[in-house]
Amino acid sequence: MEPRPDETKEEKLSGLKHRHLLGLSDYDAPEIELILETARQFRDVLDRPIKKVPTLRGITIVNLFFESSTRTRISFELSEKRLSADTVNFSASGSSVSKGESLKDTAQNIEAMKIDMVVIRHSSPGAPHFLTRCVDSVIINAGDGAHEHPTQALLDLLTISDRFDSISGLNISIIGDILHSRVARSNIHGLLTLGANVTICGPKPLLPVELDRISESGSLRITNSLDEALEGSDIAMALRIQMERQGRNLFPSTREYHDQFGIQLSHMNQHKDLIVMHPGPVNRGVELASEVVDHERAVILNQVTNGVAVRMAVLYLLSDQNSAE
Amino acid sequence: MEPKDVIKAQLMDARDLERTLNRMARQIVEVFSLDESTGDSFGLIGMQTRGVFLAQRLQRIISQVDGIEVPLGILDATMYRDDFRMRFKQPVVKETRIEFDIDGRHLVLIDDVLFTGRTVRAGLDALTDLGRPASVHFLVIVDRGLRELPIEAEFVGRKVPTLPGEEVRVRVQEMDDREGVWLVEYPESKITTS
Repeated sequence: MEPRPDETKEEKLSGLKHRHLLGLSDYDAPEIELILETARQFRDVLDRPIKKVPTLRGITIVNLFFESSTRTRISFELSEKRLSADTVNFSASGSSVSKGESLKDTAQNIEAMKIDMVVIRHSSPGAPHFLTRCVDSVIINAGDGAHEHPTQALLDLLTISDRFDSISGLNISIIGDILHSRVARSNIHGLLTLGANVTICGPKPLLPVELDRISESGSLRITNSLDEALEGSDIAMALRIQMERQGRNLFPSTREYHDQFGIQLSHMNQHKDLIVMHPGPVNRGVELASEVVDHERAVILNQVTNGVAVRMAVLYLLSDQNSAE
Repeated sequence: MEPKDVIKAQLMDARDLERTLNRMARQIVEVFSLDESTGDSFGLIGMQTRGVFLAQRLQRIISQVDGIEVPLGILDATMYRDDFRMRFKQPVVKETRIEFDIDGRHLVLIDDVLFTGRTVRAGLDALTDLGRPASVHFLVIVDRGLRELPIEAEFVGRKVPTLPGEEVRVRVQEMDDREGVWLVEYPESKITTS
C-alpha cells in the first residue's frame, strides 16, 4: 500500500474556537471532528515502543479532583505524562478543602503557583464555568455533577467512529439513568451535533425533564421500552446506575432494573450487529449482563484506550491558548 | 500560493523540479549502492506534507530507472516542535506511518525547504523515538539559508540565499494547483517556520 499524505493544507492551524472545554453543548461539528482526528494521531503514539512525545514540555497541569474517580483521573494523568507535561494532583480528601477552603480560594492558590491548565472534576454542576471566572488558566471539565463530562463523550465518539464510516445517520440508544448522567448529557450534545439519531431510554423517573427542550433538534427520541430502543439501533450505550448519587425510590430494585433495562445475551443474539458501549465502571448484572460485558461486540475496553488519546488531543489543542498573552 | 504572497521570482518550473528529482534519485542510488537486496537496510522518509509527495516521486524514479523497490514512510514532526509557546494556534497533527522497522536502516529524510533547521531537528527527535537507524541523511529541494541550528542537508536540489522577510514555496501537483518553486515576499513571515 502506498502511503498517502493527509489532505489537510500545509501549516493549517487548529480551529478550536474555545479557550476551555467546559462541555460539548457549544462545540460545533468541525471542532469535534478536529479533536477526533488529532486523537487518532495521538493514539498511534500509544502503540510505539516509546509512548511519549515532548509536545507539552514545560506546561504544568493540575488535576483537581473534588470527587472520587479512578478511570478518568488515571486517564488524564497518563495523557499528561505521555505529552511530557508536568502534573500536580489534588484530591479533596486530605487537602485544605477538608479544612474548609472554598473552591475559588483553592483555585487561586494553585494558580499562584503558575499552573497553565486545570482539569477539574466536581460534584457541583457549573464548577468548571465558575473557575474560568476566578483564574486565567485553561479549564478542562472532567465531570461536573450531573451536567457534562465532555471528554467521556469525545472518547465515545472516537470509539464509534472506529466502527462506522460516519456518525451522521447512525441510530444510537442511550439506556439507563439519564437524569443523573453527565455522560449522557455530553453524548447527546456531541451525537446530535454530528448528526446521529439518538434514542433515550430509561425508567420514567430517571429521564430528565429538560429533554423536551433538547429534542427540538429533531433527532432525539424518548422511550421507556428497551425493546423499542434497541430496534434498529447501531449502538446501545448503557449507563451506570449510580448507586451513590441517587435517592432510593427511583426504581424498585437493581434486579427489576436489570429485567427491564439491562442488556442481556438474548438482546445481542436478537440484534446481530448491535455494538454495546458503557462508560464504566460496570455493575455486572445490572446495566449489562455479565456475558454482554465480555461479548465480542462490547467495545468497553476500546473506550478506555481511546480515552487517553482523546484527552491528549484536547490538552494539545487547548494548550496553545497560554501563549496568546 | 497564499493570498498574502507577492511573487518575486520563479526559481524552478515543473521540468526543473523533475530534473532535480532525477538527479537526486541518481545520487541516492550511488551513495547507498542500492541494489535488489537493499530493501531491508534502506528507507525513504517523507516529512509531512510536501516531503511525502517528493519522497513518493523519488521512490517511483528509483523503481522505474533501477528496478529497485525502496520502502517509504511518512513522518509528522508536529508533536516534537519547539515553537510551541510562540503560536496562537496549534498546527494540525498529521499522520506518521512508517510500516518498516527503522532500527539499523540507512534513512533519507526528505523535505521541501531547509530554512532554520528546526523542523529537521524535530523530525530527528521523532525518528529517535521510533527506533535507532544506522544513519539518517537529509534531502531538500531548496536550501534557503538562514539556519538557526547546526544542521546541513546532504542532498540539495538548489541553494538559494534568501532574506528573512521572504519565503520559498515548493508546489507540487499532487496537492497544489501548480508545480514548481517560487520565491515570495511574505509580510508575516515571522509566524511560519520551515
